[in-house]
Amino acid sequence: MSIEIKTTSIEPIRHTFSNVAARLGVDKPASRYQEATFDLQATVNFHYRPTWDPEFELFDERRTAIRMQDWYSFRDPRQFYYGTWTMARARQQDVAERNFAFVEKRNLLDTVSDQGKAKAAEILVPLRHMEYAANLNNCYITAYGFGTAITQATSFNAIDRLGIAQYLSRLGLLLDGNSGQVLDQAKRDWLEAGHWQPLRELAETLLVTKDWFELYVAQNVVLDGLLYPLVYERFDAALAPEAGSTFSMLMEFQNEWYADTTRWVDATIKTAVAESDANREQIGNWTRDWMQRCSAALGPVADQALGANQGATVLGELRDALVQRLDKKAGLSL
Amino acid sequence: MSAKRMNLREKYQRMTRDLAWKPSYQSEDDIFPQAKYEGIIIHDWDKWEDPFRLTVDAYWKYQAEKERKLYAIIEAFAQNNAQLNVTDARYINSLKLFLTGVTPLEYAAHRGFAMSGRNFPGAGPQVSSQFQSIDELRHAQTQIHTISQYNKYFNGFHDWRHMHDRVWYLSVPKSFFDDAMSAGPFEFVTAISFSFEYVLTNLLFMPFMSGAAYNDDMATVTFGFSAQSDESRHMTLGLEVIKFMLEQDERNVPIVQKWIDKWFWRGYRLLALVSMMMDYMLPKRVMSWQEAWEMYFEENGGALFEDLARYGIRMPKYWEVSVKEKNRLSHEVWSIFYNYGHAAAIHTWLPDENEMAWLSEKYPETFDKYYRPRFDHWRKHHQEHGRWYNNTLPMLCQTCQIPMAFTEPDDPTQICYRSSEYKGMQYHFCSDGCKDIFDDEPEKFVQAWLPVHQIYQGNCGGASVPEVLEWYHLKHGQDNLEYLDSQDRANWLRWKGLTEQAEAVLQKAANE
Repeated sequence: MSIEIKTTSIEPIRHTFSNVAARLGVDKPASRYQEATFDLQATVNFHYRPTWDPEFELFDERRTAIRMQDWYSFRDPRQFYYGTWTMARARQQDVAERNFAFVEKRNLLDTVSDQGKAKAAEILVPLRHMEYAANLNNCYITAYGFGTAITQATSFNAIDRLGIAQYLSRLGLLLDGNSGQVLDQAKRDWLEAGHWQPLRELAETLLVTKDWFELYVAQNVVLDGLLYPLVYERFDAALAPEAGSTFSMLMEFQNEWYADTTRWVDATIKTAVAESDANREQIGNWTRDWMQRCSAALGPVADQALGANQGATVLGELRDALVQRLDKKAGLSL
Repeated sequence: MSAKRMNLREKYQRMTRDLAWKPSYQSEDDIFPQAKYEGIIIHDWDKWEDPFRLTVDAYWKYQAEKERKLYAIIEAFAQNNAQLNVTDARYINSLKLFLTGVTPLEYAAHRGFAMSGRNFPGAGPQVSSQFQSIDELRHAQTQIHTISQYNKYFNGFHDWRHMHDRVWYLSVPKSFFDDAMSAGPFEFVTAISFSFEYVLTNLLFMPFMSGAAYNDDMATVTFGFSAQSDESRHMTLGLEVIKFMLEQDERNVPIVQKWIDKWFWRGYRLLALVSMMMDYMLPKRVMSWQEAWEMYFEENGGALFEDLARYGIRMPKYWEVSVKEKNRLSHEVWSIFYNYGHAAAIHTWLPDENEMAWLSEKYPETFDKYYRPRFDHWRKHHQEHGRWYNNTLPMLCQTCQIPMAFTEPDDPTQICYRSSEYKGMQYHFCSDGCKDIFDDEPEKFVQAWLPVHQIYQGNCGGASVPEVLEWYHLKHGQDNLEYLDSQDRANWLRWKGLTEQAEAVLQKAANE
């Protein structure tokens, strides 16, 4: 038997906004993601040229070498708009919070050898500076990129990176009982230690990279594509004999984050290379170029993390894995 | 090992500023190329006082909680067709003005704060800007989702984004934000965080939200409440930005004063659209424009500028003109829209007898003397000859882009005209405030995309009204014209069970 609440029913005169209906090809109810994304950014009739860049309009497709017929062909497979993004991250931060609390309450760090703790501090904590650069890089793409479909996702990514930098900072504070010594040492290492200098130099190069799509490839595709597996898989595994799963718990956010972000990064590259041979060639060249540079910059860190002379082998494997991933998931064969 | 307790300030310091480092492989000037060209001198970015000390995990947690509540209400609103509960279908027109005029600005602010979030050399202001950037995206998207339900049942909303970049009166808000974003990061935050958010938010954002509350629009007022805590963060940032610049170097004072003068006047002119919304478009009124200006600008703003006097900052130039205009502004602007109601994506109408009585009471010195006779005349014309529309395109002010219909500060019967010559061309302005802004940066303001000039230059689909409307994506007979004969009104009557009256409206519209 069915029961039914009687309600006033009135017929809508349309089902979505005209621009959304035009993109869907028909006036039908649209998703929140679609209504919140399509055509949000102005594309025409700008009033004044930017005083900081008078060659271009405020928003201008020509700020990158990549060309698209329609910048809204990019879709985020996670369907993130502000609401879905912030709710997803709130759930993940809840888990992270519980993990940090658990480690503290059970004094799990006491079960880790001093050597294990020192290694974690040495490798993980300086990376908060790299995450800060990643924050600024994604903020740059948000500012100067074209089309809300990409720029809203990079704006979420920018805040995510700041969040990750803060989780790494908390890890540092957890290691030294909030004295701040670990953070201070990590910063000195970032600024002075030989094995961090190539990566810091790379970070500073990224901060002056002008083509925002190239920056996307360098930071989000290549550098993250090598650094995340290196640190959060390989180094995590190397720590396990000393630390059990204590550090894995404190890095769970990064692992989960990287998995969902990779889906979006792959989808973005797939759309861009499928658009034209020129895009494919440009993105291929950028990827090859940055693969070499990122790999060189990460070498000393990998050696430091995994043991001398391990770095080159591991990075070779990670490069192969990234090449395969891009081939399989993004349709980009290098 | 027992952990040392860290206070919030120390913790925040570690979590944000401490992340930045002094570069050595690239120069700071290359990494932050916009930091110096506006002439603002900063000696120590660490003196920046973070107003919130919000970490990202806390941000996600609070914001997600707010989003969950808001979307639950939006869904319930749609399920119950609660758009039928508003006071009157005329009210919906203020939402049309909001979606076409304000929501795109929220989005522009999102991108603008991403720019300042990347360009300020200090981690403190970077992070503050970035949080505001993402909040502004939230506002744009939640507004779209809130108003989406209205779009399904009323005209005028359907191509809001397309219209924002084209329709004549929407170039007023668009040019305002383009102006701020095409400036450097310091002027941008002065314009938006200080003048717009701090000095004028209570006169822009809040009248729409209070209007929603008074007119039983549950969805929009829920959005308003949900955005309120974000807005107060933004207002605090606005004040911090100003104080930081003023405290860093006294040579910054004249630059900041010039920006305050400019952006006060730019913002005030933009608010002209809000003044007509408050006095004419809300079936149930919250307060008059004059009352709002007295409370939020003259009293609150006055106190703020007294506080800033110790830095050598004075009241914005021409503030006294805004006071002289307070009892005519809304009437003059509604008259413009009544004239050009055939080219607007909102409906227009004449106030009814009760509303005229309210206007007389709120504006005892001006309404009966100057505006009632005008409305009586238009009403008579409508009854005897049909609704009158002005088919001559108006001259626009080169700076604020509003049709030149404002009157002399000391004579409400004389239209105010000002002009300047630049490189052999003459440019026209509605006021001394707008003329000064142009004279200070003529090379910028000569570039303005003036809708009327663009129509005459053939860039807007053609020279006739129907061609231009088509180019605007404005559906003639649905989105525009008189409210009394509109589809919106006919549908509203039908949904309210008043079928016969609905038929009469449609019949009359068909005959005109």
